[in-house]
Amino acid sequence: MALTTIRDLLAEAFPGGRVDVEDRTGGGDHFQVTVVSDAFNGLSLIQQHTLVNAALAGPLADGTIHELRIRTKGTA
Amino acid sequence: MSTLQDQIKQVIDTEPVVVFMKGTPDAPACGNSMRALQALWQAGAPITGVDVLPDPRIRQELSALSEWPTIPQVFVKGELIGGADITEELLASGELREKIDQALGDEHPQTVRTLVLAPD
Repeated sequence: MALTTIRDLLAEAFPGGRVDVEDRTGGGDHFQVTVVSDAFNGLSLIQQHTLVNAALAGPLADGTIHELRIRTKGTA
Repeated sequence: MSTLQDQIKQVIDTEPVVVFMKGTPDAPACGNSMRALQALWQAGAPITGVDVLPDPRIRQELSALSEWPTIPQVFVKGELIGGADITEELLASGELREKIDQALGDEHPQTVRTLVLAPD
């Protein structure tokens, strides 16, 4: 299922981080992801979101994710 | 005849604030495009909207150029700001207005227009 895949990809990309994935509509393709990780420390918002987009490049490209909302936070 | 990628590049480079979106500013076709527009409007930005829906190649070429996978995409003076989430966060923190005032001067007019790309 898409939600599990997304959570696993993010957990793998941000080891030690806090990852939360929510299916916003229940339809399995609109997601809100929240990631808190020290990987974001010192990065601009756009750099932080770029890391999340890169981690989810697969499901973004193949249409598994139709809509993605991202919230990121460093630990510093 | 310029390629579609040239056209997109030119729009990004010449429009003060441009949103590549689903639908137009008059008729947004997606909640996130709407959120980005509203945040920009509240920050006092002039807005140029480009609809990516008429031709799938617009979105493909845009993402190839910007390396940003999702729509909407907001550019201020040629610089990618981000999608709806970042635009809203920057509005809330006051950075969006700051960035726009810095890029366009304090006395810029606030207009909204739609620009149509013409893929051949």
